[in-house]
Amino acid sequence: MGINIFIDSVYLIAAVLFILGLKKMSSPVTARNGIVWAGVGMLLATVVTFIHSAGEHDFSSYFLINIIAIAIGGSIAWYTGKKVAMTDMPQMIALYNGMGGGAAAAISAVILIQQEYAHDVVVQTMAVLGALIGSMAFSGSLVAYAKLQGIMRKTYRFPNQQIINAVTFLVVILLGLNLAISGSDYSMFSLFLFFALALAFGVMSTTPIGGADMPVVISLYNAFTGLAVGFEGYVLGIPAMMIAGIVVGSAGTLLTQLMAKAMNRPISNVLFSNFGDSSGAAQEVTGSMKEIEASDAAIQMAFASKVLIIPGYGMAVAQAQHKIWEMTKLLQERGVEVKFAIHPVAGRMPGHMNVLLAEAGVPYEIIADLDEINEEFATSDVALVIGANDVVNPAARSDENSPIYGMPILNADYANNVIVMKRGKGTGFSGIENHLFFEDNTRMLYGDAQASATKLVATIKEL
Amino acid sequence: MVIEGFVALYIFMLAAFTGYEIISKVPVILHTPLMSGSNFVHGIVLVGAMIAVGHADGFLQSSIAFIAVILAAGNAVGGYVVTERMLEMFTTSSKKDK
Repeated sequence: MGINIFIDSVYLIAAVLFILGLKKMSSPVTARNGIVWAGVGMLLATVVTFIHSAGEHDFSSYFLINIIAIAIGGSIAWYTGKKVAMTDMPQMIALYNGMGGGAAAAISAVILIQQEYAHDVVVQTMAVLGALIGSMAFSGSLVAYAKLQGIMRKTYRFPNQQIINAVTFLVVILLGLNLAISGSDYSMFSLFLFFALALAFGVMSTTPIGGADMPVVISLYNAFTGLAVGFEGYVLGIPAMMIAGIVVGSAGTLLTQLMAKAMNRPISNVLFSNFGDSSGAAQEVTGSMKEIEASDAAIQMAFASKVLIIPGYGMAVAQAQHKIWEMTKLLQERGVEVKFAIHPVAGRMPGHMNVLLAEAGVPYEIIADLDEINEEFATSDVALVIGANDVVNPAARSDENSPIYGMPILNADYANNVIVMKRGKGTGFSGIENHLFFEDNTRMLYGDAQASATKLVATIKEL
Repeated sequence: MVIEGFVALYIFMLAAFTGYEIISKVPVILHTPLMSGSNFVHGIVLVGAMIAVGHADGFLQSSIAFIAVILAAGNAVGGYVVTERMLEMFTTSSKKDK
């Protein structure tokens, strides 16, 4: 009894540390401590689980299995996590999240194969739900990873996909219901089919979603994994897992909503619509794209009084944030007012740009979000768009037939001059033509963002 | 610990409100680190996976539980490393300001 009270107390402390850690992560000043607190909670919970289980099981084999598995999973994750470039963070989060979902589903698999709780409808239902949600989060996150990593470039769609998806989902639910309420009379085949279809559903519902919507999807699957972990916590009788899982589930759901709201699209729209297949014909683009040399662009900015910089995924790909900050400092020395305008969904994740700018050392004070900065475009001389596309497309304001109509955008076109740094003439991630690029006050600076920024810096230095 | 059905519902409800409260005051700049941080927190599934190893009986179940621990350890360790790296940058940049 005494040892159990000790173990449960440690789990409780771990749960408290998780909540406090997440709380601390919500402020830039204490964020760093937050992850350490949560990490201590995790360490305590893991160690105490060893002690807890050591008394119950065949000591040596139990230890061996766990330690080998933790060593394999932990060292791979440690290595990849340390090595990955900042720009690839979103897909790594998707990958690790998928692993968590897979773990939750696998725990359920063990419980469901054993049929130990088969008579208990509540426990069985929780195990089935954990299995379903965990499996979807696992396969869906892996697809999201593959898409962002560039392994899977196309969005795969087939005819009647939505109907087939819906039917698959219905069959999964029926199979799950059967597992939950049939007592111990379910066959291993129906269990296998349940998992196979749940995994397939995760894949099928993620492949049609365009890369531009991936942040929302990753956030959603993050919430899913949280829920699955919470349900497994109930099945195994570990309150710390229930609390941590459900906290992440609800926090993740809210975060998903915030992201979808930033794009002005209901979550259902992101998940079930075929992005890019607009109903009517989009407005014809008139005019042509006008090119500018790096030196001319540099001069334009050097003699401006106010420059607003709009970073996008192109800056991330080219790792141009350091050069851009160098350029910003040069402009500031010349008395130019420079600010960074961040769209909530710029890059591949909310806050993606902020992370990169923080890496380069840009102070918070000159970084502004959409609501703060949008008024200022009309009074600025130059808006410098770095590899951003949809978030500055005026079609979102004016063209009702555009797939992104209604999405709040940064009004870069209101600036006196617009310079767009872009790799080539093609359309962006979502495949939508950008009217901004054809405006009379827009000039295109083609090339890799880092190379272009280097030229800009060189020119400004010479002035 | 055996959790009665209704107590579980209370835990779920309170935890859900807690998660909602924590997130509602987060500035946009911390959204990515926070998503990553919450990704780390559900790495607690590692504890469940380790217990599943104890529950497992026979080769099939043990193998599945073994894979569960590998995946869960990846979730926990990867989540921590990535979040820590991201937040590290925020501290250095705020120190530079001062």
